[in-house]
Amino acid sequence: MKLSYFPGCTLKNKAKNFEDSALCSLKKLGVEVEEISRWNCCGTVYSLTTDDLIHHVAPIRNLIRAKEAGSDRLMTLCAMCYNTLKRSNERVRSNPEDLDIINDLMYKEEIDYKGDVDVVHLLEILKNEIKLENIAKKAIKPLKGLKVASYYGCYLVRPQEIGFDDMENPMIMDELMTALGAEAIDFPHKVECCGAYQTVDKPEIIADRANQILSSAVKQGAEVVIVSCPLCSFNLDQRQKETQQKFPEFKNIPILYFSQLLAIALGCPQDSLRLDLHYIDPKPILKEKGLI
Amino acid sequence: MRTNISRHKIRSPFVAKVEELSGQNLLACYQCGKCSAGCPAVYQMDILPNQIIRFIQLGLKEELLKSNSIWICASCMTCNVRCPKGINIAEAIEAVRQILLRKREDHVKVEELSDSERGNVPPIALISNFRKFTS
Ligand code: SF4
Ligand code: SF4
Ligand code: SF4
Ligand code: SF4
Repeated sequence: MKLSYFPGCTLKNKAKNFEDSALCSLKKLGVEVEEISRWNCCGTVYSLTTDDLIHHVAPIRNLIRAKEAGSDRLMTLCAMCYNTLKRSNERVRSNPEDLDIINDLMYKEEIDYKGDVDVVHLLEILKNEIKLENIAKKAIKPLKGLKVASYYGCYLVRPQEIGFDDMENPMIMDELMTALGAEAIDFPHKVECCGAYQTVDKPEIIADRANQILSSAVKQGAEVVIVSCPLCSFNLDQRQKETQQKFPEFKNIPILYFSQLLAIALGCPQDSLRLDLHYIDPKPILKEKGLI
Repeated sequence: MRTNISRHKIRSPFVAKVEELSGQNLLACYQCGKCSAGCPAVYQMDILPNQIIRFIQLGLKEELLKSNSIWICASCMTCNVRCPKGINIAEAIEAVRQILLRKREDHVKVEELSDSERGNVPPIALISNFRKFTS
């Protein structure tokens, strides 16, 4: 299987741990990944007003790049890129006049976009195409005894047109963790928003949310929390500093990308995990479980 | 809070603008309150999501434009997916935000952020913040 891949900007710097671990895992699973050339930032958020077509240009241009690479689908890892690319795609597919205008705005592109590229997320590929039972067979280092809470946040599951899973009770990451031999921990805050971009100018809001979300996971017995979005990761990991300051009784817990645990189970080298990029160090618990 | 309701406000261009930008029929709302019940941000809002919809119906423009709620909402879409009337509340709130932003009344002043505020956060946070809070 060969896949066109859109990394998005954060995976190239602060979320290198997400990209490196995911790419190593895909290699181990025999999937060939090709990063599209000349990609641009998708804009991170889907434009919510009816008249704002200019902000759909950035996501749609990336779909043109996929077409130029001879691909009829484009894979993302970042949940926010996924949401933005997929929603813009659905919007132009169901509004041909909007698509004409957007193509006109990109008159210098050699080809027009015709709604003919599908946006897919790595988790969909793992579950629907590679299949979890096949991944389980390749797990040479099962995540035995590790208690993992899966945090989905917003962009992977909402709104309905985006979600490849139940909006209120998604299970895809839990199922992946179970397949890899970990103990999946259910907790009531798995789709509760962490505050997202409020983190720039209102970090105190993130401290409130991180406290609620993570304390709930800890209470259910989780030892690590996994995410699929670099913004969730920043808010739940780095902002534990502010959370601790605001709530002295708050207990720290390491945050990992689901792909890092996948990479461990598939036997990827430790340098692909980039465990140096975390604020709360996940190494002690991973060592304790004999995983690194 | 003292509020005056008038036919003039209810039929104002402001109401039409919010309906146009959001693409929503806000009169469909029957004030069940489900949007506010599930919103993770209500504890900081001065006007709750269901009240925002009611205020828009009544054309209470000044109250909405100066509320903090429109900047506290993070477009997490929880309200949208739960509304029994299929109203996209997040889009209505976005429309109110946009009415201010399109007059260049930015909520976040990029030049006033400190170096550490700008430097520590990942690109995904900065870009989404500026997309939502600046014109
Ligand atoms: S959503 Fe983020 S990671 Fe994705 S391209 Fe845009 S800013 Fe970058
Ligand atoms: S950053 Fe927060 S707002 Fe975003 S997907 Fe993650 S949980 Fe949602
Ligand atoms: S959930 Fe829908 S119908 Fe109920 S108050 Fe909110 S907007 Fe109105
Ligand atoms: S989109 Fe805004 S109003 Fe709706 S639940 Fe989320 S934060 Fe609350």
